[in-house]
Amino acid sequence: MNPELKKDLQKLALKIRIAEIEEFKALGFGHIGGSLSITDALAVLYGAVMKVDPKNPKMEDRDKLVCSKGHAGPAVYATLAIKGFFPYEDIKTLNVPGTNFPSHCDRNKTPGVDMTTGSLGQGTSLAVGIALGDKLKGLDSRTFLIVGDGESDEGQVWEAAMFTGAKKITNLIWLIDENKKQLDGYTSNIINQGDFVAKFKAFGFDAVRVNGNDVEQVYEAITAPIGDKPRAIVLDTVKGAGVREVEETMNNHSLTMPQETYDRWLAELHSELDALEGEV
Amino acid sequence: MNVVYNGEKDTAFKEVLGNTIPRLSGEDDRVIYLDADLMNCINTGKWAAAHPERGIDCGIAEANMIGIAAGLSSVGFKPIVHTFGPFASRRVFDQVFLSGGYAKNSLTVIGTDAGVTAAYNGGTHMPFEDMALYRAIPGAYVFDITDAAMMEDILTQCVNIHGVKYIRSGRKNNKKMYESGSHFEIGKGIVVKDNGNDATIIACGLMVAMAMEAAETLAQEGIKVKVVDMFTIKPLDEDLVVKCAEETGVIVTAENHNKIGGLYSAVADVLAAKRPTPVEYVAVEDIFGEVGPQDYLEKRFGLTAEHIVEKVKKAVSRK
Repeated sequence: MNPELKKDLQKLALKIRIAEIEEFKALGFGHIGGSLSITDALAVLYGAVMKVDPKNPKMEDRDKLVCSKGHAGPAVYATLAIKGFFPYEDIKTLNVPGTNFPSHCDRNKTPGVDMTTGSLGQGTSLAVGIALGDKLKGLDSRTFLIVGDGESDEGQVWEAAMFTGAKKITNLIWLIDENKKQLDGYTSNIINQGDFVAKFKAFGFDAVRVNGNDVEQVYEAITAPIGDKPRAIVLDTVKGAGVREVEETMNNHSLTMPQETYDRWLAELHSELDALEGEV
Repeated sequence: MNVVYNGEKDTAFKEVLGNTIPRLSGEDDRVIYLDADLMNCINTGKWAAAHPERGIDCGIAEANMIGIAAGLSSVGFKPIVHTFGPFASRRVFDQVFLSGGYAKNSLTVIGTDAGVTAAYNGGTHMPFEDMALYRAIPGAYVFDITDAAMMEDILTQCVNIHGVKYIRSGRKNNKKMYESGSHFEIGKGIVVKDNGNDATIIACGLMVAMAMEAAETLAQEGIKVKVVDMFTIKPLDEDLVVKCAEETGVIVTAENHNKIGGLYSAVADVLAAKRPTPVEYVAVEDIFGEVGPQDYLEKRFGLTAEHIVEKVKKAVSRK
């Protein structure tokens, strides 16, 4: 990977994290852990991979993102804000009455959000439908689906995976955020899901596992040529990745924090960004 | 449209679906039909096998099917989805509600084997609550189909309406009510018989023909009723309900559905708000379905012309 692109994506990921923390700071709470864990993947997708136009968010032949783990909406909003889909300050209205930035993704409210999600599992089938439709229309478009590991307790995820594999829907790329925790604790203690790579291979995918908090590994996995099997990329991530205190908090699905805590996290992230930007 | 009721059986719904779905797909590239391994129940299997991109068998995975349909809608397609009524409603309620309705995606859902028409498939497959569920989805349309002409016309209209639409019917034949090629106005009930002003029977689906039969029996006993076909459960023809209440003073509803949440509830809601009127119902009590031939089940669950006659007399006595 080009070292400059790598550094750009690392910087973008830091900017997205800063924007996320600013969103959560506004009301003092939110789904922090699972937003942070997918941040590096979003930086890769919107920073180097996806064909999108912030000025024309409904462009027919754009690439689409379905964030099936809809509670990670704040990470998507942060990314879209930085990309210029809407004014940056708007995202600080997260969850206030009448906002266009609800806790869970809503395609009818937020420019650039391609699908409404929140009832876990449903985004998988919706993404299949989008990819299938784009393929029928002959569009050169891809759909990227982010699905959580805890979310994969839902049977619908596996119905959609079976369909994707059987029908060889190769313009749909599955990204499984294996951050290893869900609301009630460790995923392995609740319903041990075993090896996602083996499971997706058994469902007809070309499946790989990468460090999902390493932009280079994510980038290489997404951009590697796709053959006749659809690709599943298991993102080995940390829930809360990039903010040490969140990483170290056991139950970090949703957190309520005082303003000074958010300010401390923001200062840390800004100093990391400054350090990266200072490098020659 | 012309009412041509004479008690004769109509073309089977599965034949209508087997012709209409391919026709709609042929007329508009955006119409995609999805099924959950029940294509051969509605005569679409052969056509879909020859057109696998237009007729998609999702396998026995209804939730996934609804999601795929909603995703297709989001990129401009007009999906028609079929499975049996219980699976088309209660099994996929959250998918229809959120991936469909809430997300503002379009779904034309056909649920066959309405109520007692599930017959030998029994209680597991017998939807008495499907209309109640769909009525509770904001903005959804709910139709209980009376005959073949209505199925063809309503399905044709539905594919071009954006939103969640639920079409319920049997697979076999009801009695013929309307001339072939008739056009039906969504939101407008139809006065199919007007013998006088002693009572109004407001019926839907399977029960419309039984209401016609009941009206004839009642006429012989000197009780003159109107019969309304209220196939459009939602949006309901509120003006017609109120007009009938004003003209006849009492209402009897008749539906192949639980008394909770269906036609009776919808009619009673309107009258409670706009013109308090005694309402009697012919509907399934608060009980589950069971197995058996349809004529047995009609008697078992109180869905016959005789039950309508009895309820009309009771309603008239409340005047």
